[in-house]
Amino acid sequence: MSLKRKDLLSLAPLSVDEIKLVLETADSFKEVTGREIKKVPALRGKTVVNLFFEPSTRTRTSFELAAKRLSADVINFSPSSSSVVKGETLLDTARNIEAMQADIIVLRHSSAGAADTLARGVKSSVINAGDGWHEHPTQALLDLYTIRERGLGFEGLRVAIVGDVSHSRVARSNIYALTKLGAEVRLVGPPTMMPWGVEKLGVKVYSNMDEGLRGVHVIMMLRLQLERQGRALFPTIREYARLYGLTGERVKLADSGAIVMHPGPINRGVEIAPDVADSLSSVILDQVANGVAVRMGILYLMSGAG
Amino acid sequence: MTTKQGVMKERADEKLVMDAGDMARAVTRIAHEILEHNKGVNNLSLVGIRTGGVHLAHRLVKRIQNIEGVSVPIGELDITLYRDDLALRKNQPVLRKTSVPFDLADKVVVLVDDVLFTGRTIRAAMDSLMDLGRPGEIQLAVLVDRGHRQLPIKATYIGKNLPTSREEKVEVLLEENGEDDRVVIAKP
Repeated sequence: MSLKRKDLLSLAPLSVDEIKLVLETADSFKEVTGREIKKVPALRGKTVVNLFFEPSTRTRTSFELAAKRLSADVINFSPSSSSVVKGETLLDTARNIEAMQADIIVLRHSSAGAADTLARGVKSSVINAGDGWHEHPTQALLDLYTIRERGLGFEGLRVAIVGDVSHSRVARSNIYALTKLGAEVRLVGPPTMMPWGVEKLGVKVYSNMDEGLRGVHVIMMLRLQLERQGRALFPTIREYARLYGLTGERVKLADSGAIVMHPGPINRGVEIAPDVADSLSSVILDQVANGVAVRMGILYLMSGAG
Repeated sequence: MTTKQGVMKERADEKLVMDAGDMARAVTRIAHEILEHNKGVNNLSLVGIRTGGVHLAHRLVKRIQNIEGVSVPIGELDITLYRDDLALRKNQPVLRKTSVPFDLADKVVVLVDDVLFTGRTIRAAMDSLMDLGRPGEIQLAVLVDRGHRQLPIKATYIGKNLPTSREEKVEVLLEENGEDDRVVIAKP
């Protein structure tokens, strides 16, 4: 079994076996990241380019660390987003990067489909590190890894994804992967933040948070994009926090062993109460740690000479 | 040729080189040689190379336990990330876990593998060990040495020297993998 793909753009087309392969491969790298010398020579001589058109510290650093721990050469390329005119400029930039003989390009872009466009235009492997509201496949894979690490199986697992699902690429990637693996996915949030017709993906929609959390094994909080305030999606931050903020009381509605996840950065006191973020059921920092191991696994699997 | 189950028939597609009895005796002898060479179990540890070497390392640990009454630490090594042909492969091999749950510093480490051939696996294993710690000494135990080295590497303990042609395929089949214990040369 191997990942016979040039690019990782979306989790929608991935098979269950491919997802499991990524998770099992990440196990090996988790062991490597626990060593005193956290470096292996697997990607010696390969070049990984982080091409980030949107600001990101966490994801870029995670990819950078993953590539360095595999002994690849890493270049960070962050054109200022203001100078970006969609389409043409992206491909122009990509050609420049190809000329530097990049083996793998990690792309973060504000437009959905940017990674697909890039992948079609270059010979290098492309990894989507978030494209608009579309997908963020490596985030979902590290979420799956963290769930599995806590000893939870996916078959019959009840997962509540809470927040602004419409504008969340993290939610979308997780929905594709979790439903594929046999989990029951609940989307919780105000109707203004639910994509129209999302039930077709095999999920249940709840506008009442307490109902949505009842008996779930995993609570996945989404970041409230505060910059969206004033676009009539929610009246005030305070009201949003009251209706959809995760408090200790609400965690009690979930299964007794439930875990709390968040892709970061967290808005303390808005979508998640500080005591919940710091509680034992929170795996938010495990997600960050696992991100490096999972991305090492993905870079390794995508680094075949083919 | 007998096994615990009785007479083992040679299969049509393979030439039998060692049967279960031969293998058991070889493992016992190697266990004795390791103890003799190192004057006991002091500072001794075994590290098997996945996957055949891991099973053989466990068998050696058991033999040493029977002889000396001491259980020596054992580790498992996946050398995939240290292979010298990774950049040439179209699809990357599946990774297994490395687990060396003891401090390597100043230990005598006996690397264990089933077949010694080009020596490239052993080179990778030594580099991998060095990244895990600084062993005092590395020795090598193999069940079969089939020759054709491409690197200047030599085993410390050998179960059987087996002259082969480069094209032949030597297989060590183990009970742990649901096979009858035996070493064969697969016929093309």
